[in-house]
Amino acid sequence: MKSLAELEAIRKATINRINLRTEDDSTTTRVVVGMATCGIAAGARPVMLAFMDEIAKRQLSNVTVSQTGCIGMCRLEPMVDVIVPGQDKVTYVHVKPEMVERIVDDHIIHGHPVHEFTIGANE
Amino acid sequence: MDNYRAHVLVCGGTGCSSSGSATLIERFHEKIAENHLEKEVKVVRTGCFGLCEAGPVVIIYPDGTFYSRVKPDDVEEIVTEHLLKGRKVEHLVYVDHATREQNAEKKLEDITFYKHQHRIALRNCGVIDPENIDEYLAMDGYKALEKALTQMTREEVIDEILKSGLRGRGGGGFPTGLKWKFTYQSQADQKYVACNADEGDPGAFMDRSILEGDPHAIIEAMAIAGYAIGASQGYIYVRAEYPIAVKRLSIAIEQARDYGLLGKNIFETGFDFDLNIRLGAGAFVCGEETALMHSIEGKRGEPTARPPFPAVKGLFDKPTMLNNVETYANVAQIILHGAEWFAAMGTEKSKGTKVFALGGKINNTGLVEIPMGTPLRTIIYDIGGGCPNGKKFKAVQTGGPSGGCLPESLLDTPVDYDNLIAAGSMMGSGGMIVMDEDNCMVDIARFYLDFIVDESCGKCAPCRIGTKRMKEILDRIVEGKGEEGDIEKLERLAETIKATALCGLGNTAPNPVLSTLRFFRDEYEAHIKEKRCPAHHCKSLLQYKIDPAKCRGCTACARVCPADAITGTVKNPHVIDPSKCLKCGSCMEKCRFGAISRE
Ligand SMILES: Cc1cc2nc3c(=O)[nH]c(=O)nc-3n(C[C@H](O)[C@H](O)[C@H](O)COP(=O)(O)O)c2cc1C
Ligand code: SF4
Ligand code: SF4
Ligand code: FES
Repeated sequence: MKSLAELEAIRKATINRINLRTEDDSTTTRVVVGMATCGIAAGARPVMLAFMDEIAKRQLSNVTVSQTGCIGMCRLEPMVDVIVPGQDKVTYVHVKPEMVERIVDDHIIHGHPVHEFTIGANE
Repeated sequence: MDNYRAHVLVCGGTGCSSSGSATLIERFHEKIAENHLEKEVKVVRTGCFGLCEAGPVVIIYPDGTFYSRVKPDDVEEIVTEHLLKGRKVEHLVYVDHATREQNAEKKLEDITFYKHQHRIALRNCGVIDPENIDEYLAMDGYKALEKALTQMTREEVIDEILKSGLRGRGGGGFPTGLKWKFTYQSQADQKYVACNADEGDPGAFMDRSILEGDPHAIIEAMAIAGYAIGASQGYIYVRAEYPIAVKRLSIAIEQARDYGLLGKNIFETGFDFDLNIRLGAGAFVCGEETALMHSIEGKRGEPTARPPFPAVKGLFDKPTMLNNVETYANVAQIILHGAEWFAAMGTEKSKGTKVFALGGKINNTGLVEIPMGTPLRTIIYDIGGGCPNGKKFKAVQTGGPSGGCLPESLLDTPVDYDNLIAAGSMMGSGGMIVMDEDNCMVDIARFYLDFIVDESCGKCAPCRIGTKRMKEILDRIVEGKGEEGDIEKLERLAETIKATALCGLGNTAPNPVLSTLRFFRDEYEAHIKEKRCPAHHCKSLLQYKIDPAKCRGCTACARVCPADAITGTVKNPHVIDPSKCLKCGSCMEKCRFGAISRE
């Protein structure tokens, strides 16, 4: 037997789990990790897993993690695009798992891109 | 970690299950494990997505990539390319029938098949895992029950359903709110709610798909109905031949009990309600309400005369409120969003949406849900993609064995209860079968009558004997033995049966004959007077002939004929012996010179 409050808690938790099926682009932040052969070789998988961990840990809804193929700048891999609705896409390069916490905290939660990690600072 | 980055939705609906989606699911689990993705990717078995034609269907989120006709051997590629490296497997991506585009980044709503649809009854089908109550809860599940029990009086609930204009989706179109009100007004120590999931129309699978894809929606609605009319017990009558529906429903009932959404003192409001499943043996007449209730009581599934109506004296002689599955599927949404929201959709007297099972000679067979008032033409051409192989549309059948066939000239009819009746057919429960130029309308009428003759319970003479007599006449006509006066005999029998049969099965049984007589009378006349089937369908009326001027004597036809009906020597014209010919058509297919024709 569940109380009304417990049911509401289940709803909230489950929405976080399944919103990637129902969310529309206007409210969802997308984290896109370059995962072609070059990206994987450069260590993209641990980066992607770090993003997933961080997002789960902070119970963020409205954030999806997906991958994309090679974008032709293999020397900058692992690369990660973060697209916050209503803002320009930000591309991070040479991403390492240690950098993920700051990107999630500063950029995804507080809306301030971490400039020193971006493609602009590295080119 | 409970947070997956990708969900693989595999359709577990009727169509896709029969084309092997269970194997796909196993294969996905295997390949995902091999690639160590089990913590990142979740596999979900859903109900029908609607586009059964393209099945088995797999959708991958968050991208929303729609893969069609996926075979077990394709799974490895999807896992290693799409799920591991983020590259779509282009050759499996669904191609839109109208735009010829692939749905690369598109949302489902942008696919032509879905664009004209509005999903209320099917809202969760293909979206959630029907065996997981939490996912239903996340889609605002059981919020309507909470609202009804904690914020609304019983009268207010009934009033909301009345004002919404919802009408019975089981075929009759009786105003649902009125039925609730009548049962509410009946005084008794015990009342029941019941759900009709018998769905016996040939070609119909709407109700089954709702139960398979979103069983909690029915449970929630029945609990709301129980509260409104004052019932503490409900029964769902399902065909035993629908094992997936029965299984998911049983799981859902268990989960709801577990969460205290069924049982004693729900939400601590003092309201008790529980549900049981009753299995039907699959007789069409058991879908009729009085027969259905007798069957639940363990008696023979035979209709009895009404009145008394079930609202007064139903199950176990107690007031009973019976609704169809799809009717219930709208209830929680109406309570949640209000009667005005619902009544804003549809036509003056038919509100909301209707689910149809599109089948027959149509490109996109599947499940569609359209706002009432959508023209038949939109359903058949825009959503259904028209007839396959460039064939010409001839007729559309709605209402199953109780309904009728409408011709091309009526395709602009906006679909609702009253328009379809005015046009000469009826809404029925939602089977919609498309016929093309190769279908013989006399034979179609015979098919439905044949179904009725088999399914008549035999209790009353007009239905038992009358439909058999009609069938005998139709048999003669398609065999080329029709006589002058047959049409008039059919019409007379039809009127008598309609007027005197005991239950709805018999009352409506002549409709397919009457509607084809009305719109395709010339086909009947061609069979009777000219011994000719205009659709070249009725074998007895076909004659295969070889044109001696075109025949080169290649002997191809003689060699393929299974009946040795073709004689002739090399390089000389061949001849078919009509007394031996089985009309299989093989010779016509084989002849490279177009010398063989049929009349
Ligand atoms: C022969 C016959 C078969 C029927 N079969 C069904 C059926 O399979 N499913 C259904 O919901 N209603 C069926 N009906 C209609 C039911 O008798 C009843 O009207 C309906 O279940 C009421 O629910 P509704 O008002 O929500 O449509 C059938 C009626 C007749 C006469
Ligand atoms: S009309 Fe047909 S099915 Fe209905 S009671 Fe009579 S015999 Fe039985
Ligand atoms: S239709 Fe079939 S049976 Fe008849 S002649 Fe041709 S091949 Fe033989
Ligand atoms: S059964 Fe899979 S789409 Fe209908």
